[in-house]
Amino acid sequence: MSTTTPPVTTTETPAHAKKKPKRQLTEIQKADRRLAFWLCAPAVLVMIAVTGYPLVYAVILSLQKNNLELPSETKFIGFANYAAVLSSSYWWEALWVTVVITVFSVAISLVLGMLLAEVLHRTVFFRGGVRTASLIPYGIVTVAAAYGWQYAWTPSQGYLSAAFNNSAPLTSHVQAIIVIIIAEVWKTTPFMGLLLLAGLSLVPEDLQKAAMVDGATGWQRFTRITLPLMKPAILVALLFRTLDSFRIFDNIFILTSGNNGTGSVSILGYDNLFNALNLGIGSAIAILIFICVAIIAVIFILGFGTAAPGSSTGRR
Amino acid sequence: MAVITTRQRSGWGVANFVVIALALIPVLWLVSLSFKTPTAVLDPSFWPSQWTWGNYSGILTSSQFLRPLLNSIGIGIIATVIAVVLASMAAYAIARLDFPGKAVLVGLALLIAMFPLIALVTPLFTIERALGLFNTWFGLIIPYVAFGLPLGIYTLSAFFREIPWELEKAAKMDGATPFQAFTKVIAPLAAPGMVTTAILVFLACWNDFILAISFTSTIASRTAPAAMEYFSGGSVFTVPTGPISAAAVVITIPIIIFVLFFQRRIVAGLTSGAVKG
Repeated sequence: MSTTTPPVTTTETPAHAKKKPKRQLTEIQKADRRLAFWLCAPAVLVMIAVTGYPLVYAVILSLQKNNLELPSETKFIGFANYAAVLSSSYWWEALWVTVVITVFSVAISLVLGMLLAEVLHRTVFFRGGVRTASLIPYGIVTVAAAYGWQYAWTPSQGYLSAAFNNSAPLTSHVQAIIVIIIAEVWKTTPFMGLLLLAGLSLVPEDLQKAAMVDGATGWQRFTRITLPLMKPAILVALLFRTLDSFRIFDNIFILTSGNNGTGSVSILGYDNLFNALNLGIGSAIAILIFICVAIIAVIFILGFGTAAPGSSTGRR
Repeated sequence: MAVITTRQRSGWGVANFVVIALALIPVLWLVSLSFKTPTAVLDPSFWPSQWTWGNYSGILTSSQFLRPLLNSIGIGIIATVIAVVLASMAAYAIARLDFPGKAVLVGLALLIAMFPLIALVTPLFTIERALGLFNTWFGLIIPYVAFGLPLGIYTLSAFFREIPWELEKAAKMDGATPFQAFTKVIAPLAAPGMVTTAILVFLACWNDFILAISFTSTIASRTAPAAMEYFSGGSVFTVPTGPISAAAVVITIPIIIFVLFFQRRIVAGLTSGAVKG
């Protein structure tokens, strides 16, 4: 602005115009920054107090022998807790169960979520009703739904057990895991579907029509047009769901309490704290779970190029 | 042409029906169980042969359920209000102000949104016992606020970016005071986003189980989802299936009300943060 001002006019005004707006801008910027600081400080403080500090504390606890039943024996023991956890078959079994449940429930809910998104997107008739119905599994308290599933699969009590020859799937390892996956998929598919619906509505209808005119089949249109355009939305939904599923706790706690080798890593950590009262081992498990989650996030964000939601604030 | 559209319409009609059935059958099963008599519970037929209100009158007169229900409502509302107020402040800064560290703040919120809760249960359990917060309302409110904040910040900053802020300036030019400009112009525009966020945060608090069973030990602060488990343990109920199902239905009612009245908002809120970024 000041550079375009002809120097001929006066000596006073340009100097004035040059200096003052600049200083004013920095004043405004400074005020903005101060305001932003005070606006964000409370939220940041609460978030750090509840997550950052305990995380550091968990690292410290994980390096100690620390059992609530033997408080006098608390001492620093280095990585012995980690060694104990990592050499225990319980940890690897729980990790395997968690990975299996995560992979299957996320994969199935992705496919079903895609179908749900298509239904919600294409249907004209009774759209609100379908959306309302599909929001109920999303909103329902996981524990409440889990009791329903548990009773449904209890022999001589549940309609699903009765439909399957009065079987008792929750008492057998593989079948119990299948029931847990069903409960997870039922609960999480609507969320997946809604995230995918938002991505689906960004796919231009013209492209679909053009491909249809060119003779592309429905499947071709889906794989060649819809999927590539939806890739960012799919990856974000997958990232959310994978991390969420890896933390699975409520469904397992109610359905099997982790019996018959169905405990996830979260169940293992909980048991170590509240049944074994072992803070040291429990914290080591907690830190290991945190590391697993971090690895999953890094794989998604760096490996698959998932746009971390919110990281692209400048895009809009 | 007409044949295809009719067939298509009926195809989507079938699809709609399947979606609604799959979504609702597990819920209807809980409703049916909650109306079964203690003996009828042991009959696997989907609907009860005899209907009874006994399970509801049982839990709604027992402090073992009423007190936790009150805790759930109180803790949920307080945590939601605090989280929405703090998140609105931060989201306003993110949407409207230019400041260094914005990316760090958004990243921090994302990190916390993805945090494995169990990793915090052990240290927070120890800290809460040391601070005397264990088994109190605030022992749950504080972590609920912390985990509601990322959700709130995302949803609200997406909403706030959509608000035409020039209107504020226009109102001031027309002679409105800054306070009037805020209450008459900006607040009504921001309200829908805040209501949506409040619903999402409240649902998250209402749904929590792992923190609720970890940081409570009596019905003084135990929330409804955590209390259901204790129905079985030598309480006044003979067969817990009916009462637990009735309790499950009671805590599902607010969700159904939210979904019926605010379904558009909930969908908008869920997807705004994730897709628009």
